[in-house]
Amino acid sequence: MPKKVETLVLHDSTTPVFGNMEKGGSVVVTTVETLVNQARANSLWPLTFGLACCAIEMMGTVAARFDAARFGMERFSATPRQADVMIIAGRVSKKMAPVLRQIYDQMPEPKWVISMGACASSGGVYNNYAIVQGADQVVPVDIYVPGCPPSPDALMYAFLKLQDKIKRGGARKLSELKLVEVNPRQLEEVEA
Amino acid sequence: MRVFNDVVKPVLAGLGITAKRLQHDKVTIMYPEEKRESFPRTRWRHVLTRYDNGLERCIGCSLCAGACPARCIFVEAAENTDEERYSPGERYAKRYEINMIRCIFCGYCQEACPTGAIVLRNDFELSNFKREDFIYTKEMLVEPIRRTLD
Repeated sequence: MPKKVETLVLHDSTTPVFGNMEKGGSVVVTTVETLVNQARANSLWPLTFGLACCAIEMMGTVAARFDAARFGMERFSATPRQADVMIIAGRVSKKMAPVLRQIYDQMPEPKWVISMGACASSGGVYNNYAIVQGADQVVPVDIYVPGCPPSPDALMYAFLKLQDKIKRGGARKLSELKLVEVNPRQLEEVEA
Repeated sequence: MRVFNDVVKPVLAGLGITAKRLQHDKVTIMYPEEKRESFPRTRWRHVLTRYDNGLERCIGCSLCAGACPARCIFVEAAENTDEERYSPGERYAKRYEINMIRCIFCGYCQEACPTGAIVLRNDFELSNFKREDFIYTKEMLVEPIRRTLD
């Protein structure tokens, strides 16, 4: 098999390039933001949030056949403190929703969320009282992957699309987040 | 000698298995550049097919919507007229929408379809950023008319 090398392009069409690129000896000017976005996109550390059968396909994505390590995603972290992207794999029950929200809150900024599979994205066949009809009611979701479950290459396509989004756009800011909470947490005052 | 039998020998045997694996072919599929071969009955994105003469196969009977366990298909039928003909029968699907994010790709719609209009093909690249973009309308689902060059 011929070896394939991924070339890192540190500029997009908006950044100016001085000199002739084809003849060599040119100067490529990039912004710090572009550089940071490239670094972020190429070392996404996923958080395992396997809730159901989709998690099996998520494991398959990291295994040798599909090998998410090619995109810098091999380090699946079990702690939210060291994760960048949360993969919600499986149906989110109403009992699991506060846990999901808490783990999302524990992740450091910038953070992204992949909603994997029909159940996590919309409820799927489980249109009933027990299942949250879409994880976007609990956390802001960046990318949805349809399928039941999505095959590893479908999830990998979502990884690539998310990387493109990170490379294009700036860092996620807190002010950009628009949340729709099903049951906003209420703080009660308790007498000591 | 005991150290050799108890420690060195098993370690070397284990490394031998590892060394044997080095001769094997690589199994990794370089996904964005090359795709794995899909099985003949792979069920992914739906397509509404046409007859060879360009008319749609779908007759708007809603049997696919009835068979769907996720209730993600919506069909609204309308009458064909002689001036405006979409399908060979009396009726055609005026609106045909599939909520792709709720669909579980079970293929029951394909089994239920009496004319073989809806088929599930192997395009799996369906991820998107917004939930609204997953409502696939008839324009997105129906096969483009194949024009043959004579």
